Amino acid sequence: MTQNLAINVNGVAHSLEVEPRRLLVQLLREDLSLTGTHIGCDTSQCGACTVLVDGDAVKSCTMLALQADGAAVTTIEGMAKDGELHPLQAGFWEKHGLQCGFCTPGMIMTAADLLSRNPDPSDDEIRHAIEGNFCRCTGYQNIVAAIREAARITAAGGSVALPIDDGGDALPPATGDAEAAPAGPVAEERGEDLTESTR
Amino acid sequence: MAVTTPHGASLKRKEDPRFITGAGNFLDDIKLSGMTYASILRSPYAHARIRGIDTSAAATMPGVVAVFTGRDMENDLNPLPCAWAAGGASGGEVGGVTNNLNTPRALALDDVKWTGEGVAVVIAETLEQAVDAREAVDVDWEPLPTVVDAEKATEEGAPQLHENAPNNVAVTWSVGDPDGTASAIDRAEVVIRQRLVNQRLIPNPIDARGAIGRWDPGGDDYTIWMTSQTPHIMRLLLSAFVFGVPEHKIRCISPDVGGAFGTKIFCYPEWALVAWASKRLGGRPVKWYETRSENYQATTHGRDHITHIEVGATKAGEVTGLRVKTYANLGGRLSTIGPGIPTTLYGRLLSGPYKIPNVFCEVVGTYTNTVFVDAYRGAGRPEATYVLERAMDLVADETGVDPVEVRRRNFLPPDAFPHKNVSGLYRSWNGVELAIDSGNYEPALDRALEMVGYADFDTKRREAADRGRYLGIGLSTYIEMCGVAPSKWIGVVGEGWGAAMWESANIRIHLTGKVVLTIGTASHGQGHETTMAQIVAEGLGVPVEDVLVEHSDTSGTPFGYGTYGSRSAAVGGMAAYTAVEKIKEKAKRLAAHMLEASPEDMEYADGGARVKGSPDKVKTIAEVALAAHVGYDLPAGMEPYLDETAYYDAPDCTWPFGTHIAVVEVDKETGKVDLVRYVAVDDVGNKINQLIVAGQIHGGIAQGVGQALWEGAVYDDDGQLLSGSMMDYAVPRASWFPELELDETVTPSPINALGVKGVGEAGTIASTPAVVNAVVDALSPLGIRHVDMPLTPQRVWRAMRDARANGGSTNGSANRSSSGEVRS
Repeated sequence: MTQNLAINVNGVAHSLEVEPRRLLVQLLREDLSLTGTHIGCDTSQCGACTVLVDGDAVKSCTMLALQADGAAVTTIEGMAKDGELHPLQAGFWEKHGLQCGFCTPGMIMTAADLLSRNPDPSDDEIRHAIEGNFCRCTGYQNIVAAIREAARITAAGGSVALPIDDGGDALPPATGDAEAAPAGPVAEERGEDLTESTR
Repeated sequence: MAVTTPHGASLKRKEDPRFITGAGNFLDDIKLSGMTYASILRSPYAHARIRGIDTSAAATMPGVVAVFTGRDMENDLNPLPCAWAAGGASGGEVGGVTNNLNTPRALALDDVKWTGEGVAVVIAETLEQAVDAREAVDVDWEPLPTVVDAEKATEEGAPQLHENAPNNVAVTWSVGDPDGTASAIDRAEVVIRQRLVNQRLIPNPIDARGAIGRWDPGGDDYTIWMTSQTPHIMRLLLSAFVFGVPEHKIRCISPDVGGAFGTKIFCYPEWALVAWASKRLGGRPVKWYETRSENYQATTHGRDHITHIEVGATKAGEVTGLRVKTYANLGGRLSTIGPGIPTTLYGRLLSGPYKIPNVFCEVVGTYTNTVFVDAYRGAGRPEATYVLERAMDLVADETGVDPVEVRRRNFLPPDAFPHKNVSGLYRSWNGVELAIDSGNYEPALDRALEMVGYADFDTKRREAADRGRYLGIGLSTYIEMCGVAPSKWIGVVGEGWGAAMWESANIRIHLTGKVVLTIGTASHGQGHETTMAQIVAEGLGVPVEDVLVEHSDTSGTPFGYGTYGSRSAAVGGMAAYTAVEKIKEKAKRLAAHMLEASPEDMEYADGGARVKGSPDKVKTIAEVALAAHVGYDLPAGMEPYLDETAYYDAPDCTWPFGTHIAVVEVDKETGKVDLVRYVAVDDVGNKINQLIVAGQIHGGIAQGVGQALWEGAVYDDDGQLLSGSMMDYAVPRASWFPELELDETVTPSPINALGVKGVGEAGTIASTPAVVNAVVDALSPLGIRHVDMPLTPQRVWRAMRDARANGGSTNGSANRSSSGEVRS
């Protein structure tokens, strides 16, 4: 027995037949192959599966897919746009806000919800906001710094271009222009880092 | 050679772009054509006989492909190996070593020893169908009596788990000088006795454990994708011991692994199960990825020691003798290196940074009706450091000497290195002598005291008391052993580890000048794709983005022992460094030929080989790589291509050290502990990447603080895991920590050219006793001398209540006496 579901994920409309017991996270991972959203527990504690549903952070292991009928969902795969990293992605990279990277997508989506409500959070507010997201690697210190950095980038009106000039062999330039210069103050910092570290 | 510097570069990580965009490739992200899904039926009893298993109903459920029990595979699969039986024992001076080994099978055959031991597997077209059908498997159980406590398991009348292990003793081992230690304690001016519980922990990588097995009928060989820190060791153990097939018939691949903390070192039942099942299904891939509750029941736990210590000291606080007896819970059957953790990695470190002249340690590893216990971040070294650092504070309490001063009086002086410690590092029975390579402990202590404002602390203590809070400060002055080596010491001829402990690296330089480094270590959060590339980039003088690092696939990487024990930089990094040196040597010879110079006149600098004194006579590494690749004009006898492999066996372990200080406030009414400041000064030698080093220390501290204050795996007397999910086990959250304050001293390791030591576990090792010492210090106005971890509000409240009722003086350990005496 399946039911029809209409859902918009990262700006793409989908119409699918799903079992009523299918969870939103399974829909994303299995039916849409968006495996950036992870599953880390079975009790809604760890937050690795966090996505935005109509702009709100939701643990997608705790929502039936059918409950998202008609909703607009954003996953980690939808955060970088037009060849530019989202400020949170840039912040996590810049501040070493990740180690194994498994909790990172959920952490970024929760932080996106926070920054949409509170563009200049204090450290205490950041720590409170990510209480529902477990990270076992970082001790959270650099995650807090990363979210702070994202708030700073956003306030400066900056965004960060995807072309990666210091070790970006994993990511092709999304614009097709390998020389595209990263914009904003972050780009300058990155340039300094590179100079420091390789010479 | 400035490959590493005292402070390291702060290069952003090369691996991050895939993780921050959702493009990581973790085990559960992998889908293969024709893939099936496995769900394992696990025992609801902690100890039971299996009278029979009826799989007939499950086999007819929708989508079910097959249902297997242990009987189906018992002729094909041997029990898993225990690759590290206790070894070495004091150079044969004392007693003997007992190893009564029992290991799991892919699925249990006749009986189960813990809740969660696998007994049947259902394989279906979808995971949901497999889980549904699993519910229809019917097992006829005969429950048996249980024991879960490591010490009680050895007592008369305890339920017996294994015929070959009387009194449930899996391992006995000892180290040090029993007579000298007894005599020192007998003669001591101050004697302290204390029972310490180092509670069981659940490691909790956020990416749980999983595997996909695929048998290829074309070559009758297996590929196993697995969440492993050690794919090469897994291939070795699975082929040689479990399947009984040649190594080249098994390929192990670790995709991106989302944290491990030790739990993914080991050879698990499911590795064999999915590969075997795929063959039975004619080659359809079989995937198994555990749920979190399965992870808690079926993946290794850590720690779980009950330890009795006796400390002898002078009235001035100098420790003269330390006697330790530890009951180490190893679980219902042994994990891969379970016995090695509470022996070599614990007992041999029990003098720490101190010049204690007499140490004796006796270890009894026991079987209980709990899941297997094995290495968890720090692995033996946190347990040893906890014993020592609690002992130092107990000595301070008993003598009235300040805890800082007690440590100063006992520190090894800077001129004591290399130091052969009394707990037996140098006494391996095959004659290998190891020493603590370097150390200078007081500067780190001084810096940490300065940062925390130790001199003004009594004022702050009074201010807190006015607010209804007990303020406490606690120290931990630790050392740790990283990069365990050399092979002739740690191996079967020495400490008992079943193979070797070297590391490998291969460098190939394409004709375009781009560099590929393949390594035997297996990064799973540590950032090897960046740090190893930095070593090669700086060594060869090429941009770091021109170096690609490949790892974690037994096809295409040289054999390596993997990533654990903070060994990847000190051993794996040195393998990469050595491969760079080989490349440079060949480049110099070829460049000399190209420049018509003598090889002896060449030097390698600034990304090329040049004639000494004539910097314009140079061939860049890219030019040399092209010439080597095409091979049109090579010196006589030279092979084409720049392709060099290095195998590096370190001459010794490396020895980071430091001082951590915790400041806590305890609510006088509720017992709730708040960590208000945390200062860490670590000396991990030279650094390759400062960002990554700091991240390792942060994460390590958080795990160690977690043990001190919140975490604990709890089995009831029937062996049911009460802390069975993340709702019941207190994984630390962001709001529970203050901003950690880090600084460093730098004492480069003298045993390797990079001067690096290792940093993955330092935070975990140091932080647990620092926090417990701080809480006990906070409670000291009540006469409290010790409270066992985790220091939850309930534990602390009870200790305060008891102390107030007794008018002071409690050791916080239920049912056990602690005593201290000063002899006049």
